[in-house]
Amino acid sequence: MSNTTTIQVRVNGVSRTEEVQPRLLLVHYLRDVLGLTGTHIGCETSLCGACTVMVDGAAVKSCTLLAVQTDGCEVETIESLATDDGLHPIQEAFWDCHGLQCGFCTPGMIMATRQLLQENPSPSEEEIRHGLEGNICRCTGYKHIVDAVKQAAEQMKAGT
Amino acid sequence: MIPAAFDYIVPDSLEAAAASLAEAGDNGKVMAGGHSLLPMMKLRLAQPGVVIDLKRLDSLRRIQVDGGTLRIGALVTHHQVETSSEVKDNCALLARVAGSIGDPQVRNRGTIGGSVVHGDPAADWPAALLAMGAELTLTSSGGARSMAAGDFFLGPLTTAIEASEILTGLSVAVPAAGTRAAYRKVKQKASGFAIVGIAVCLQADGDTCTDVGIGVTGLAGTPFRATAVEDQLRGKALTADNITAAAAGVADGVDALDDIHASGEFRAHLARLNTARAIQDALGG
Ligand SMILES: Cc1cc2nc3c(=O)[nH]c(=O)nc-3n(C[C@H](O)[C@H](O)[C@H](O)COP(=O)(O)OP(=O)(O)OC[C@H]3O[C@@H](n4cnc5c(N)ncnc54)[C@H](O)[C@@H]3O)c2cc1C
Ligand code: FES
Ligand code: FES
Repeated sequence: MSNTTTIQVRVNGVSRTEEVQPRLLLVHYLRDVLGLTGTHIGCETSLCGACTVMVDGAAVKSCTLLAVQTDGCEVETIESLATDDGLHPIQEAFWDCHGLQCGFCTPGMIMATRQLLQENPSPSEEEIRHGLEGNICRCTGYKHIVDAVKQAAEQMKAGT
Repeated sequence: MIPAAFDYIVPDSLEAAAASLAEAGDNGKVMAGGHSLLPMMKLRLAQPGVVIDLKRLDSLRRIQVDGGTLRIGALVTHHQVETSSEVKDNCALLARVAGSIGDPQVRNRGTIGGSVVHGDPAADWPAALLAMGAELTLTSSGGARSMAAGDFFLGPLTTAIEASEILTGLSVAVPAAGTRAAYRKVKQKASGFAIVGIAVCLQADGDTCTDVGIGVTGLAGTPFRATAVEDQLRGKALTADNITAAAAGVADGVDALDDIHASGEFRAHLARLNTARAIQDALGG
């Protein structure tokens, strides 16, 4: 059975038309088909959040979504954040505050942070921890990640 | 972890979805958020030959209050329930339960209908839906029927839905003014699923309990309504002693789940403790 389905997806602003097998996971589509390897695969069981991307503006775990489910959708990955002018304020803040060590969880943390700040531009520490509940970091102990999210929130407010 | 191959169908209408499901028979599965179905397919615990994605059925994505009834479509996500002003204003308990599910990413994709049909014994929705006496609506190419939540859950991952049926939505009576409610959950750390979850919905006249509904999830293979505890509270003064005494019976005669997350004995203990606490939370004390 090698049936395929045609999907149309906008990934980081670029429209794509692709023949894919229905069973292809979104994370494999992004990494293996499009070469966007910034999105990581950690647990493969929807628990660690390393594979978090945005679909139509909402953070999702791309290991638990089929590429065909995103037909007609807008997908944004970590690669969409930095521009020619430099890093995104969330990326800057993770750098400044040592919000990463090995960096494996970071793309997912940053995409989850993006959704959090979109919904709540001034989160409390508790709201930050609740908002990042779906993302696991084995290195930092989370303290510096929380600091980074606070700094990013301040900077993004100042920038608007 | 990659699912086995399958055919993928995206029907444009409920009728077309029901027809596809009828045609596929036991080989077909409908998909809502995919956050229970896909993990099962990746582990090859489920291997449907045909997956029918309901994503185009926008009519199942609505939350409505009409008369004294709150109606929630099957495809409404946990996040939608959590943030809906209709739900917060008319039935805050459901918004609170929604916000306790998994994590933000899971709440963005997972749907209330998918959770109910999946029938995970540790899922959060059944506790609240049982406590509130929700009604479910099911459709197949043969017609529609409704069923009380209390008759729907039959066992672990087993519900009363027929293979040819689609859950279209559920409804609850908007609680009368003055109704108090609470949800208490002891979470499994990694996923957020309930080791034990207790939902309470109660009415009191002064300090006398006039009516109460208590839904229990996580404790047993099937979520259930704690009718013995309810009976013991109705008509009684809601004193700390009476609450503790009634809550002490919540696990009586229940075959408690026993797994790597918690022993049966520990679950029963958590259920007794959290039933009392959930009642206290509802009373605001
Ligand atoms: C990491 C993680 C953490 C989670 N934590 C929690 C938690 O804390 N608490 C909790 O309660 N749940 C939790 N869940 C489960 C989550 O809520 C799921 O989203 C939910 O159980 C299933 O909803 P779905 O829309 O994803 O359904 P799907 O996965 O699409 O479907 C599940 C099952 O229901 C059937 N189905 C779906 N919709 C319909 C319909 N309308 N009519 C007929 N059949 C239908 C499907 O065929 C399938 O058998 C978690 C899941 C994950 C991955
Ligand atoms: S790889 Fe997707 S959640 Fe861990
Ligand atoms: S920085 Fe290493 S896992 Fe988070």
